Amino acid sequence: MDELIFFVNRGLIGGLVIGSIYALGAVGVTLIFGILRFAHFAHGDVMTAAAFATLVLVGLLSGLGIDVGLPLAIVLLPVVFVLTALFTIGLDRAFYKPLRARGARPVVLVMASIGVTLMLQGLIRIVFGTGNYDLLGGERKVIYRIPTGFRDIVLSQPQALLIILTALSVICLHLFLTRSRLGKAMRAVSDNPDLARVTGISLDTVVNATWVIGGGLAAIAGVMLALDVNLQPDLAYNILLPIFAATILGGIGQPYGAVAGGYVVGFSETLAVFNWSVLLRPFAGVLPFDLPANLSVVPNEYRLAVPFVILIIVLIYRPTGIFKGRVF
Amino acid sequence: MAGLSADSRHHEQRGFGRDVALFSALFALILLVAFVQGSPYALRMTVEAFAYALIAIGLNIQWGYAGLFNVGIMGLILAGSFASLFVSFPVNAAFWASDAAPQLGMAFLWLILAVVIVGLISQSWRVGVPKGLSTALTIISGAIAFMVIQSVFDAPTTAVERQAGWIGGLGLHPLVGWAAAGLVAGLISWVIGKICLGLRADYLAIATLGIAQIIKTFLRNADWLTRGTLTVSPLPWPVPTPLDVGFLWGRSYYLALSAALLLVVYLLIQRAYHAPWGRMMRAIRDNEAAAASMGKNVNGRRLEIFVLGGALMGIGGALLVHFNQLFDPAGFVDLNHTFLVWVMVILGGAGNNRGAIFGAVFVYIVWVMSEPAATALFRLASDLGRDWFDWVPPADLQSRALQMRVFVIGLTITLVLRFAPHGVLPERIARG
Amino acid sequence: MSLISLTDVHAGYGGMNILNGVEFSLDAGQIGVIVGPNGAGKSTMLKSMFGFLNVTQGRIEFDGHDITNVKPEALSRLGMAFVPQEHNVFRTLSVQENLEMGAYVRRDDWSGLLARVYDIFPPLKEKRNQPAGELSGGQRQMVAVGRALMIEPKLILLDEPTAGLSPMYMSQIFDRILAINATGVTVAMVEQNAKQALGIAHKGYVLASGRNRYTDTGEALLADPEVAKSFLGG
Repeated sequence: MDELIFFVNRGLIGGLVIGSIYALGAVGVTLIFGILRFAHFAHGDVMTAAAFATLVLVGLLSGLGIDVGLPLAIVLLPVVFVLTALFTIGLDRAFYKPLRARGARPVVLVMASIGVTLMLQGLIRIVFGTGNYDLLGGERKVIYRIPTGFRDIVLSQPQALLIILTALSVICLHLFLTRSRLGKAMRAVSDNPDLARVTGISLDTVVNATWVIGGGLAAIAGVMLALDVNLQPDLAYNILLPIFAATILGGIGQPYGAVAGGYVVGFSETLAVFNWSVLLRPFAGVLPFDLPANLSVVPNEYRLAVPFVILIIVLIYRPTGIFKGRVF
Repeated sequence: MAGLSADSRHHEQRGFGRDVALFSALFALILLVAFVQGSPYALRMTVEAFAYALIAIGLNIQWGYAGLFNVGIMGLILAGSFASLFVSFPVNAAFWASDAAPQLGMAFLWLILAVVIVGLISQSWRVGVPKGLSTALTIISGAIAFMVIQSVFDAPTTAVERQAGWIGGLGLHPLVGWAAAGLVAGLISWVIGKICLGLRADYLAIATLGIAQIIKTFLRNADWLTRGTLTVSPLPWPVPTPLDVGFLWGRSYYLALSAALLLVVYLLIQRAYHAPWGRMMRAIRDNEAAAASMGKNVNGRRLEIFVLGGALMGIGGALLVHFNQLFDPAGFVDLNHTFLVWVMVILGGAGNNRGAIFGAVFVYIVWVMSEPAATALFRLASDLGRDWFDWVPPADLQSRALQMRVFVIGLTITLVLRFAPHGVLPERIARG
Repeated sequence: MSLISLTDVHAGYGGMNILNGVEFSLDAGQIGVIVGPNGAGKSTMLKSMFGFLNVTQGRIEFDGHDITNVKPEALSRLGMAFVPQEHNVFRTLSVQENLEMGAYVRRDDWSGLLARVYDIFPPLKEKRNQPAGELSGGQRQMVAVGRALMIEPKLILLDEPTAGLSPMYMSQIFDRILAINATGVTVAMVEQNAKQALGIAHKGYVLASGRNRYTDTGEALLADPEVAKSFLGG
């Protein structure tokens, strides 16, 4: 049984946590892709920037002695959500909107977003160096232990909050997209931008809403990721590929697809590097072969290959993704 | 030429004058560097700039001619330079004498077998297996094959590392190595292109970004193949090395060779650009739908150019790495080996090879010079800060200063795209 | 005073003009039909009214406003609706959501209007929760026209509303257009089925090579042997 709990802790919770991060990132990328028609390469660094903004705010406010039983970084999340949303709208105004207005091809916007990525990376490193930071401000991470009679199921507070916040975000997003006038307008623009113009939908409003949602969810993902691991300047650049894989797997412009894609990629990655020997160890006596010490599908250093392989398989066999997104 | 209007002829002449002016200025800049920093330094910089120029031409034909969006340049440079290293590095006798060699050979036979089996299964729909089943079988068999191959390679590679360190090279002439670099990089481009070229441009960008990371991860971790973090040196030169003839002569020979290679590649590509093939490429880029409706094989042509561009990146990478004589997979980063090349091409003027060469040499000089400049600037700033505001600069100021360059590269990309989308030497549409 | 008028309009895509000085006008409550051979500029004329292309010369007026080169986004607020020929529904949105998007610019209560649209197109009511992309071609056309009605337009522009439909649907659509017109909505439409369309037209315009060729009442055009010979297939 201990082995099974180990599997739950490492495999399932691990997959759920990283899958939530990917899902939050991929929802933003897929909305931007669907409405603005380009792959936003700076999304990872928007996450990192949000986490560093939190770091600064935590630093400023930690002296005030606010204590509500939650880490300050999480209390500040709504503030950072708004700040990041405004920041991404600003990025759009400064770098993407002028190109759209000129009628530039979508790949030019992709290139511009790579330029933005590099600028953000550069700025963050100039200000914060390349070291590690702790978003908890020196406090100890709260760990929940759920007794099972065997080994405990272990879950840290940020992990639990991340899973809850992701679920809440997805529900809110669902209600927004299906119930609100603006949400429906967003879906309309993503579906058929020309027809949306005909009906008088204001593209500017829809674009801003897209950045608010995309940027805000990226802020949640970035802060939670920084709480779960460590805050460092290349925190999120490395998860860009899994996020894109999740986006394409889910179908471009399909927020639910992006959520599903995020969890598929997250679980595949976690399970691929999971050491299955642990689970098989109780059966070592009955197995026809000697159990190797490490039996994982992919060695840990090749973790990144998993989303890449998923991406390639989707591109070969179903470029529209599981939820039939757009391809053009 | 009689058909040219006076206006357009004037335009051509002005364009030519601009080329001469820009390249003269560039030459003067190199002389200035030679004067300030010494000739060996300037020679090294120029050789590296020429290697970058080859890579930039590769990107220029992909992006400028065909509109293909490749952000995996670093991976192709890395793969190409490793291929060249493998072909041209002296033979490691210890490896060939050990019993790990035949074991490794067997493992490679397994690999070929696995590729053939999975390949056959992926084609099973041709003989009546339902398409969905065929896909599922391919993915499952691929996963199984991957795990089998991984375990088959496990023992021999460990044996290689234990008995001989690594497998060494083949000991062939470096020029053969450079050819191999082009071949391997071209082959990788072919596979990526085959998968992505029918899809929208963003997908190619994402896939190339991914493949570059995978190649780097593989070469970093495959100690038996590349010595991993131990790095490999010295890589052989196709011309006498500084050890034989001194810095100045050695680097001059290498410079002459790279210049000759660059010139040949440039002339060949220019010729192709003005040939029917080049016209067709431009037609496809400018109006894909029209070209397709005229019966052009759009994706076939694009694949050709993607492979050709990739091969040039591989060769340029080999040139660069052989010159520095050190192969360290960890030293290849997106910033220096992908995005810098992008800045070169879009600043120089996408679609114009002279623009790409100018952009490559100019941007590389600025890049090299920016390192001391950024450090000096930051030191000045921190001195002033300390004197005037009692600010205590962080200890890692030096490394932070270098991050300034990341920012500047990003800023340059966004500014050029917005304010000078055609670069300093724009494409001049060939007439007729 | 006419509701919509085009005076000597030159317009096209990029640098190339497709319309070379066309005239068009409709009074409130009329049905105007534009016919002509392929490439005559029929759809282009409709699109130029709705701000989709660059008018290089001439003037377009709607309800007392100069709308020359006014962008499409602004026109729906003035009470003008456009139904494109293709891709004229939001495929992934439900039928009801499509109609709601038609009312996007309205801030008042439009639920009564929604009921009226369902009355005009009863099949839509049953399918109101289905994605519009799953409907048949004729039903999609109903969604498209219904969507346009949601702003209670003074003028509705229809680009080949019967293209690709079976004869049964075709006459249904013509019936609906008459019904819509009967509520006081002015209709300007481009049609391939020239005879049927001119049959319901107060005013008919025959276009060729981006210029007006014949302009008269629908009846008169149908009766004109010249028009019949050259443009109505004998």
